[in-house]
Amino acid sequence: MTLTHYLVLSAILFSLGAATVLLRRNAIIVFMGVELMLNATNLALVTFARLHGDLTGQVMAFFVMVVAAAEVVVGLAIIVSIFRTRKSASVDDINLLKS
Amino acid sequence: MTEFIAPDIAWAQLTPILLVLGAAVVGVLVEAFVPRRARRPVQLTITLAALAGAVVAVAALWGGVADTGGTDVLLGSVVVDGPTLVLQGTIAVLALLAVLVIADRTATGEDAFAPQGAATPGSGYEEAARAAGLQQTEVYPLVLFATGGMLIFPATGDLLTLFVALEVLSLPLYLLTGLARRRRLLSQEASMKYFLLGAFASALLLFGIALLYGFSGSLRYADIATAVRADTGMDALLLVGALLVLVGLLFKVGAVPFHSWTPDAYQGAPTPITGFMAACTKVAAFGALVRLFYVVLPDLRWDLEPMMWTVAIATMAVGTVVALVQTDVKRVLAYSSVAHAGFVLTGVVALTQSGITAVLFYLLAYGAATVGAFGIVSLVRERGAVRAAGGRVTSGAASGGVPHVEGATATSGAAVATAVEVRADADDTDGEGAEPGEPEGPVLGEATHLSQWAGLGRTNPVLAGTFVLFLLSFAGIPLTAGFTGKFAVFTAAVEGGAWPLAVVGVVASAAAAFFYVRIIVLMFFTSPQGGPQQPVTAGSPDVADESGADAGARAPRAGTVVVASQGFALVAIGACALITIALGVVPGPVLDAIASVAQLIP
Repeated sequence: MTLTHYLVLSAILFSLGAATVLLRRNAIIVFMGVELMLNATNLALVTFARLHGDLTGQVMAFFVMVVAAAEVVVGLAIIVSIFRTRKSASVDDINLLKS
Repeated sequence: MTEFIAPDIAWAQLTPILLVLGAAVVGVLVEAFVPRRARRPVQLTITLAALAGAVVAVAALWGGVADTGGTDVLLGSVVVDGPTLVLQGTIAVLALLAVLVIADRTATGEDAFAPQGAATPGSGYEEAARAAGLQQTEVYPLVLFATGGMLIFPATGDLLTLFVALEVLSLPLYLLTGLARRRRLLSQEASMKYFLLGAFASALLLFGIALLYGFSGSLRYADIATAVRADTGMDALLLVGALLVLVGLLFKVGAVPFHSWTPDAYQGAPTPITGFMAACTKVAAFGALVRLFYVVLPDLRWDLEPMMWTVAIATMAVGTVVALVQTDVKRVLAYSSVAHAGFVLTGVVALTQSGITAVLFYLLAYGAATVGAFGIVSLVRERGAVRAAGGRVTSGAASGGVPHVEGATATSGAAVATAVEVRADADDTDGEGAEPGEPEGPVLGEATHLSQWAGLGRTNPVLAGTFVLFLLSFAGIPLTAGFTGKFAVFTAAVEGGAWPLAVVGVVASAAAAFFYVRIIVLMFFTSPQGGPQQPVTAGSPDVADESGADAGARAPRAGTVVVASQGFALVAIGACALITIALGVVPGPVLDAIASVAQLIP
């Protein structure tokens, strides 16, 4: 069991998250994809911190968690306000701005 | 574990940032504790004082930095050097002007923001909030937080600060985008698009940061730059990481494969906010990009050059070509800002000392014209037409559906409260507003469709003339700031061996001039009907006057009015115009001042 496995897992999770963002149509699911990308990055950061034997990566992971929480607050506020207006959270329905 | 050593912090170097972020926190407290009636003046005072203080603080730091060349603060997390100060000064000045536009209200006290951001559009709750005259004053702390993030962004000395600053500047902007008073569906939609794409881009940036950390074992720019020079045999990690970080920054800048949010967010956001984020975000993001590119990655230039060249050329080409076919003023300006991102990128890619100076100057010139132009857009409103619910972009006024009833009551102009503010541009002398027989409906949202701008040069010559000044600056016509900026970046690109970029840039500028001139022609040489073009030759002013005096010809003009404001926006627009002219006529002192400190320290 080497540390490389964690990095591979992190890359797989990140790709899954990116694919979710690009392929899924529900804003909440898309947003969850973004969160998955952030958490995959955290795994990579912590693994690299272990590889290099210093704590910077772990500190960075903490900051990422805080920022992700703030992002959830803002993101859910926006998505919920849109859902209450349109009774839908599909990103395909939201197309008034196409000109 | 090693013992924790408290870092020695040079607080003085951080004053611009601390002032703005501290005022933002105070602003949140004001929201909680100050009675509603007093909130607006208090918030406005705090905001303007903090931003003016930031400008002063930058000026106070200037002398020291010019002597020493700059210092590391917080163990290198923040770097205060010449380019940092120039960018922080630019951002603070532009934010100050943008806040003036944001704070402006019509004569009836109506600002650009939804009375209750959480209220569902069209609901009874929203109507009640509107009727109660609620005002959104959270806007000011949000703008201050965003400005604080922008002040940190170009000063970052490590990737952790880069990421946190990026989020601090982005999150308030996502919210502000969704707070428009009118066309709320468009606004919310813009907010969501901006948020989802922005969050995706910052996740990419973050993974890039993780890879760069894995490559170098440090988040400091200086350490990473050292690791790049040493051959560690992990080039894949470095390249992918650098690419992802660049993608994240290019997204914020609005460069082409990553520009798709720009037109939507710019169109949907409240216009004063559009001006703020178009100008200040771009300045901050280019500051961070320049630092990363010049300090961390110069040794990768042969690997990154193909990508950066492609992005720069695509940005200039797509921004210019797509802007040609837009029919909405805000979208035209949005695509023009995309094209401008391409022009600045040519200066960034140049990787020469003169490139830094050129980029810094260009950002100042572009930002001043942008804040001013969007300020003018926020004053030009449509009136009288009954719009369908749901906020279509083209309203009835655009398609000539203005209900023009001859012989309406003579007092209607005074009876409709919002109509009092109509036609109050003091310099307008044709006296149309005093005409009693003209029906005046309530003032609605901004008249953003291009056809609604037809003939504006005749009804409001001063305002339209100022808009022409900004457009000419965007187009890069000599004697405006835009010309000097373009000349500087293209010269830097040629010096740096990127002459194909300069050639593409000149061609794109020429093509871009077309759609700027099209708006000018529309405003000054088209009759206000907006339909078929009726160009009036300059040699026959009498004809123009006659058609202007003819009530029938003027009828559709009721669809577009310039609202009187409390004057804040006019001050900001005037200041932007002054900056644009001054930088165009005598750019020498500013260019010299920037060049004398434009030295990035690692």
